[in-house]
Amino acid sequence: MNMNPIGAHGLKTSMAFTLSALALIVFIPTFVFGISTAQSFALFFLKVVLICASIVGYAFAMLSTLDTKRPAMAITGVASFLAGLSLFGLVGGIFLAVVGAFGAHIVYWLHYRQYRDKVATYLTSEQVLWHYTFRVICGLIFFFLVSPLVPVIWLSFNAENFFTFTPEMLRFDPEGYSLKHYQDFFTNNEWQRSFKNSLIIAPIATIISVSLGTLAAIGLSQSHVPGRRAIMAILISPMIVPLIISATGMFFFYSDIGNFLEGTLGMGKNLVGYIKVILAHAVLGIPFVIITVTATLVGFDNSLTRAAANMGANPVTTFFRVQMPLILPGVISGGLFAFITSFDEVVVVLFVGSASQKTLPWQMFTGLREQISPTILAVATILVVMSILLLTTVELLRRRSERLRGMSPA
Amino acid sequence: MSDTTDTGPVLAADGTPLKRSLNRALRRQKMRALMLIAPLLLFVLLSFILPIGKMLTRSVQNDIVADTLPLTVVELNAWDSDSGDLPGENVYAAFVSDMVVAIEDKKHTRLGTRLNYESTGMSSLFRKSGRKIKKLDPATDGPFKDTLIEISEGWGKVETWREIKTHSVRTTNGYFLNAIDMRRTPEGAQAQPEDKRVLIKLFGRTLWMSLIITGSCILLAYPVAWILANLPMRTSNMLMILVLLPFWTSLLVRTSAWKVLLQQQGVINEILVWLGMIDDANRLVMINNQTGTIIAMTHILLPFMILPMYSVMQTIQPTYLRAAKSMGATNWTAFWRVYFPQSIPGIGAGSILVFILSIGYYITPEIVGGTKGVFISNRIAYHISYSLNWGLAAALGAILLAVVLLLYWCYDKIVGIDNVKLG
Repeated sequence: MNMNPIGAHGLKTSMAFTLSALALIVFIPTFVFGISTAQSFALFFLKVVLICASIVGYAFAMLSTLDTKRPAMAITGVASFLAGLSLFGLVGGIFLAVVGAFGAHIVYWLHYRQYRDKVATYLTSEQVLWHYTFRVICGLIFFFLVSPLVPVIWLSFNAENFFTFTPEMLRFDPEGYSLKHYQDFFTNNEWQRSFKNSLIIAPIATIISVSLGTLAAIGLSQSHVPGRRAIMAILISPMIVPLIISATGMFFFYSDIGNFLEGTLGMGKNLVGYIKVILAHAVLGIPFVIITVTATLVGFDNSLTRAAANMGANPVTTFFRVQMPLILPGVISGGLFAFITSFDEVVVVLFVGSASQKTLPWQMFTGLREQISPTILAVATILVVMSILLLTTVELLRRRSERLRGMSPA
Repeated sequence: MSDTTDTGPVLAADGTPLKRSLNRALRRQKMRALMLIAPLLLFVLLSFILPIGKMLTRSVQNDIVADTLPLTVVELNAWDSDSGDLPGENVYAAFVSDMVVAIEDKKHTRLGTRLNYESTGMSSLFRKSGRKIKKLDPATDGPFKDTLIEISEGWGKVETWREIKTHSVRTTNGYFLNAIDMRRTPEGAQAQPEDKRVLIKLFGRTLWMSLIITGSCILLAYPVAWILANLPMRTSNMLMILVLLPFWTSLLVRTSAWKVLLQQQGVINEILVWLGMIDDANRLVMINNQTGTIIAMTHILLPFMILPMYSVMQTIQPTYLRAAKSMGATNWTAFWRVYFPQSIPGIGAGSILVFILSIGYYITPEIVGGTKGVFISNRIAYHISYSLNWGLAAALGAILLAVVLLLYWCYDKIVGIDNVKLG
């Protein structure tokens, strides 16, 4: 068969190039792995050379017999699946099959210079190399960002009361999995009460910060506001001041307020507790509402309100019928930020609230500090799902808002 | 019509001069804007700014000695503390009458606790003597000097009285001095004894670790922001979700994730042991120390760095880079001389934001920081809820707040607070 067909981009395929590039790619991880596990130099050397040589040899054999990628991927996949199955069981087999097929793909990708397909034609070899190195680096950073959540979700289905993986879990044995931590969350009084508290406190705090915040944002976006910068700085400050300082300040303030409400006005202790926490959380959510709503108002055309007034609408009608529908996406996403701020807040509620206002994050915080129960992981998983839903909502709202304001959706 | 109207001021429809009419309209507009802002501004001022301000005054407030021992303080003022002699009988008599009142109100132990912050042993001195002084009658049982010294020899020490006199002022710098590892003494401010100097070190560690966290955030965020800004919209929006997902996920979830990953029996150690890269006996210690705090907080604050960087990099034209290269710049020169300078505003905005957030962090260091990886915030929380030394907590808080506000001011100057973007 022809050993030197012309590959893509007019470059000749070269077995030497492919194999040496492959050897280099394989060498780096093997070297790191080898150097940290080997007991002696000879053993280390042997290991590295053996692994590299067998992989390169296999690639050579494959390239010289098969011209096309797909059969090679299939054969390698099946072979590695069988090897993995015999060594580590089903899961190991599947894992190795994916690795093997991907490896075969890489080999052919290198050999036929397909890596040049998607980059500008004028790039030099070094630039192409850097292009892919850079992508790998970025991939690792994205991995760092997202991967920590995976073990949490996985471990929340643990059948044991551990924070660690059991051998059954790793073997994907159904015995190792259960929903008991979820069951615990939904039946345990302590967790249920704190969940309920969070569901009481967060929405009310959100409503307060959204209604006051939207009004203020509309005021702030008018053309002549005396001291706009200073006012903005004050309104954003709850986001900037360290939470522990806000919490201490509020601790003293709300204990005075609480004494006043209970002592002078004779309100119930429980009710006063909720009022305190809700007001404290409302302040913390305000910066988010201000930021998102003012951002939406930047693109708001003020002649619309004048037009409405011109046609006889009073300011209230104008607000609800003209302005509000247009800035609604910003208001809602500000509200979601405020909601998540309150729903996720520990420090202030720890200082301002009493045991009967214990929220979900508070319960998680004490759980993480004191008794480690995997129920925390089940709660964490539920919260991750919730944040995915919130994220999707905000993203959809953002697009809608940009469409409404006549910008091209980004 | 006639010449008179031409020379007179321009009139509005209702006959008032146009200038005045416009001014009035402007004033009305300003008023309306302020009326809209007012409820929120008042709410924030009253329930946020004011409480913090009031809390911070505790750092200089020191009424307890002067309030509990009013007569003694007056008498002590006449006493020369440098003489080395014990104060006279008048001081002791005043002290007993003050103490009898204080014991009645159960205030003497609080005073003891307050003075105990300054020199250990005061608390027990007050508590123990309290029981015996209670039985004395200030009018008849004098003279008191020898009686008191008999009750506890603490009262026969010049230092005790000097301590009371030093801290009898109503506005003290003592807490601030404590916050920077010094103490208020009759001879003025002095350094704390060696073993009590922890706070400066803690401030230093907080700053240092925040810097490391900011630095590692810059390193990790820059490539990601670049690739997000330079990929086609569709792909970069997909990748953006990977950045926003951790941003939206509960802080406690992310902190517990790191606990699961980093602990001795955690995922990372298990994998390394399974691969044979480390010995089962020497698992890596990555939690309850500075490493744990730095890793977890870098992960938690990374989106706050990526988002501002991304919004700046989006505005940089890729043609500039191509132009530089076409004029003979190498890849590195083109990046370093053309692209990088334009991306600095993004780095600045992100860095200040991350630094401000990390310097005041409490939750994550508390859970993954152990004793070596905690921040100044954790110390403030400790003084508020455990040692109850609120004055010191307020002083530490005031210093921390001053640093944060300074950075906030810089941020406002550089970026403008209106330009903060979320998501």
